[in-house]
Amino acid sequence: MTTAPAKAPRIQAPKRPGDRIFSTSTVVAGSIILATLAAVAIFLVAQSIPAFTAPGEEVPTGSFWSYVGPLAFGTVWAAALALLMAVPLAIGIALFISHYAPRRIAQGLGYVIDLLAAVPSVVFGLWGATVLAPMVQPFYLWLQETFGWFPLFYGQVSGTGRTVFTVAIVLAVMVLPIITALCREVFLQTPVLHEEAALALGATRWEMIKTAVLPFGRPGIISASMLGLGRALGETMAVAMVLSPSVVVSFFLLTSTNPTTIAANIALQYPEAHGLGVNVLIATGLILFVITLAVNSLARFVINRRKAFSGAN
Amino acid sequence: MNFKRLGSIAALTVAGTIVLTSCAANEPAPAGNGGSSDAAGEFVGEIVGIGASSQGSAQEAWIAGFQTANPEATISYDPQGSGAGRESFISGAADFAGSDRALNDEEIAAGGFGACAPDAVAYNLPVYVSPIALIFNVEGVDELNLDAATAAAIFKGDITTWNDPAIAELNPDAELPSANITAVHRSDDSGTSENLMEYFVANAPEVWDVEPDGVWPYEGGEGAQGTSGVVDAVTQGTNTIGYADASRAGDLGVAKIQVGEEFVEYTPEAAAAIVDASPVAEGRDENDLAIEVDRTLEEPGIYPIVLVSYLIACSEYEDAETAELVKGYLSYVASEEGQQVAAEEAGAAPISAELSERVAASIEAIQ
Repeated sequence: MTTAPAKAPRIQAPKRPGDRIFSTSTVVAGSIILATLAAVAIFLVAQSIPAFTAPGEEVPTGSFWSYVGPLAFGTVWAAALALLMAVPLAIGIALFISHYAPRRIAQGLGYVIDLLAAVPSVVFGLWGATVLAPMVQPFYLWLQETFGWFPLFYGQVSGTGRTVFTVAIVLAVMVLPIITALCREVFLQTPVLHEEAALALGATRWEMIKTAVLPFGRPGIISASMLGLGRALGETMAVAMVLSPSVVVSFFLLTSTNPTTIAANIALQYPEAHGLGVNVLIATGLILFVITLAVNSLARFVINRRKAFSGAN
Repeated sequence: MNFKRLGSIAALTVAGTIVLTSCAANEPAPAGNGGSSDAAGEFVGEIVGIGASSQGSAQEAWIAGFQTANPEATISYDPQGSGAGRESFISGAADFAGSDRALNDEEIAAGGFGACAPDAVAYNLPVYVSPIALIFNVEGVDELNLDAATAAAIFKGDITTWNDPAIAELNPDAELPSANITAVHRSDDSGTSENLMEYFVANAPEVWDVEPDGVWPYEGGEGAQGTSGVVDAVTQGTNTIGYADASRAGDLGVAKIQVGEEFVEYTPEAAAAIVDASPVAEGRDENDLAIEVDRTLEEPGIYPIVLVSYLIACSEYEDAETAELVKGYLSYVASEEGQQVAAEEAGAAPISAELSERVAASIEAIQ
């Protein structure tokens, strides 16, 4: 780019049909994705308007905002719990693969993690509802007996284990591959000179990771987490199948009364919804769209701000 | 193969008869004989039904049965839900609707059904009856007796332990554990929930103080998706109770429900019996069989927790060919054969011969 001004008369390459076809098709492809996004946004807004404008008594779920509030809370709550579990684990796995494991094991492990990303969410849902929930239920009982004083563990323990905690575990497993894969790539890109410098100064391997790898990879970790959060926020089937849902705001992790997520609520209520009920559900979808957009923008903002002094560029 | 060949011979015979008698095609089939299946290939054309998902698997079986007998006919049923079915029927998007409740007086009075002739009314025909079982999984308990008030209090969350005095009083012989009750309900919008709540409201209004609705009204209790989800949750959980279509109860314990002085277990006959014993809604067309299921009846031999699902059709269709096909299809559905198919494929309770005759008479009146 910087060498361009030297050659003032720009030479126009003869345009061959192949060039034209290719450039046009890329432009079309680029526009289609924008058009699709716009179409989705327009659909959401247009279909939501009746839910916002209709008088409160006609809306089957009561006031829209008091309906969507707990749902939005549940969405963020479940996703945040999942991230809380997934991010440290993912960083650990990524560090193991990039810096600790022998090469052959590292490669194999990498493939296995990627494979996890290919498992459909329905399968995770089935697993969560039929295997994980009954398995962790006795553990929940123990948690409540032992740490019952801890506010998050208040309340009567669910008899089936289908709580928001179980959902968070399932979601954590689902977002793990995405976060691990990205973190691994970022850690592998740490300049070897930084690492060797740290080691040469007498740092142990852990100290080298702490001083060279993690600071370098921080923006990468954040963006990986945000991508994982995006998936956790929108996850539908697994939540719908595992969770015992209510439209409430509740922080208790082990009870039968759990806040449900927007996506799962749409999946459960849409099949029998009609009239204004459909509009209300679509409007909650719009809220989910906004939440996801906000999360992604925030992630971009954080990464851009951090990039300057992290050495990532 | 043999059946098909037989069918085509029958079709040929029918076609021949029609040609010879020239105008006999519009003559109604003899009432009450259950219609179409013995006159193979009689019906042609295409009709669309939209409605309740509870009828979904029964509709699939009926359509398969009807279309095998009538290869020229195409019936489609889209299980979008009861509400969507009623709306589609009113707007004319569907020729018939499946619904977990009959059209109410306001909807009937508003009239103007899309696919119907201008002054037509709608007939609600109860053709799908499914008993709902209260299923439980409690250690050391094989039999459980419940009355409406106790069951309602359990599902509402007022009774929280299995050895609660209210349960113990109904089950003097059972060894009830002191464990907490996990009451499982449907987390999706469902006609099964609505019918269970109707039973609670009719028999224990002092406990169940909210209107019946497809969406679970209380915050407590455990939610699970769909009938399978509830059955799974009850099976895998500990000290659980839930409700599901009786055909899906499997090996789980099924509670006996108090009717009068007795505790009755569901049977298909007992479920059909309550529909027979209940009055038809008054002030409607004589052929409109909207049943006001009386869940407070105390006669012996009835089981009060049933889901009654209707097919809704026009009394007179805009299009004569559509009317013929709707009549043919509904006759098959209401026939003994159709009901048997639904019982085998969907676990429904076959409607009684008496009700079947009344439905057939209503279908005859369709024009």
